[in-house]
Amino acid sequence: MKPAPFSYIRVATVEEAANALSEYTDAKLLAGGQSLIPLMNYRLSKPTVLIDLCGIEAFASVSLKDDVFTIRAGITHQSLHEHPLVRAYAPVLAECAGEVGHWAIRNRGTLGGSLAHADPASELPAAMVALDARFVLTSVRGERTVTARDFYLGLFTTDLAEDEILTRIHFFASSANRIHFAEIARRPGDFALSGAFVRVEESATEITWFGVSDMPYHLTLDALPVEEKARQALFTSLASTLEPLDQTVYRRKLAAVVAERAYLKGRRVQA
Amino acid sequence: MKTIQATQSITLNINGQTHSLDVEPRFLLSDVLRHKLGLTGTHVGCEHGVCGACTVLVDGKPERSCLVFAIQAEGSSVETIEGLSADGMTRLQRAFQEHHALQCGFCTPAFLLTATALLKQTKDPTEQDIREAISGNICRCTGYQFIVDAILAAAKGEEA
Repeated sequence: MKPAPFSYIRVATVEEAANALSEYTDAKLLAGGQSLIPLMNYRLSKPTVLIDLCGIEAFASVSLKDDVFTIRAGITHQSLHEHPLVRAYAPVLAECAGEVGHWAIRNRGTLGGSLAHADPASELPAAMVALDARFVLTSVRGERTVTARDFYLGLFTTDLAEDEILTRIHFFASSANRIHFAEIARRPGDFALSGAFVRVEESATEITWFGVSDMPYHLTLDALPVEEKARQALFTSLASTLEPLDQTVYRRKLAAVVAERAYLKGRRVQA
Repeated sequence: MKTIQATQSITLNINGQTHSLDVEPRFLLSDVLRHKLGLTGTHVGCEHGVCGACTVLVDGKPERSCLVFAIQAEGSSVETIEGLSADGMTRLQRAFQEHHALQCGFCTPAFLLTATALLKQTKDPTEQDIREAISGNICRCTGYQFIVDAILAAAKGEEA
């Protein structure tokens, strides 16, 4: 239960991090470490070089300009949960950030780390898919932007190249409107057994499920039936196509339940 | 950019005292506190962030000392249970005693630190706030109710 030896590099800028990452091909980035360090303690992960991003200046800033949120990747879950701009203009993101792990985990774990780790049961990747966010990936080759919906490729698998760092996240504040969130976990702080972000517009509905597939599962539908039984039947039929990694029948049922809960939350708020 | 290989000299601020020591980068903060500094009040349970027994305060906020490398704590101020009780028991500790909020005591230092941080930021927490704050700490003896009672009592300033 002790990590294998590694060399440690502390960087002060994104540029330094990108240089180090291109120089040391076996390096791993250390953000908050709340997923990586457990893996290293178990020696499931044995990087020979760790590049610590925690010292990058102003790597946790949030700004909102002309409807565009820009969040730098080093923000902790707790800061995201408490940030006044996020609370006011993207409340669903603040809410779900508060459901990530426990307080002590949220004080260290970062948004960028969670998004790049791509755990299928975690809230934030699905939130970004629901928000149709853009991720800025930085390397010595320059920057490129990829949508969250294209970024996730499968179980713990993303479009991030070996020399790239997820440095910024952009999304429209207006897209956070009308998205509502619900999840079911056995205890507070546990990974969700199933969760959903539901966006209800007059003529269309979007659902993003997590915890019930190998990665965030997003789909767009026509308007939902207002009548409860018909709507729940629709959620159940949609959920029946999900392929959870385990407890298939149970998690599909929960998927329909969380979708309905998120929908009802939205209807209450918008009423 | 600073590359560190093998053993490195670092300076840590623990409970207001400065310690200079040599560590390998792979040394966890929890292990350095216990084995290098003899601060064995920080307990190590699961070593993967689930049990919460190793919780310490880093710049006033609860964090898992088993999920932080000691070398990362340079420049931060770390508070352990030994720092909390340097001048006798705090009101919170007396409340734990009065309300029987511990039995074996293994989880207690981490509960005290987590609750100390909570009471610093929330003067008048509800039972719900308390349960949410301590949800990351596992206790196998008490069933939690007495811990919640103790924290509520300490928040209200009730003296035993």
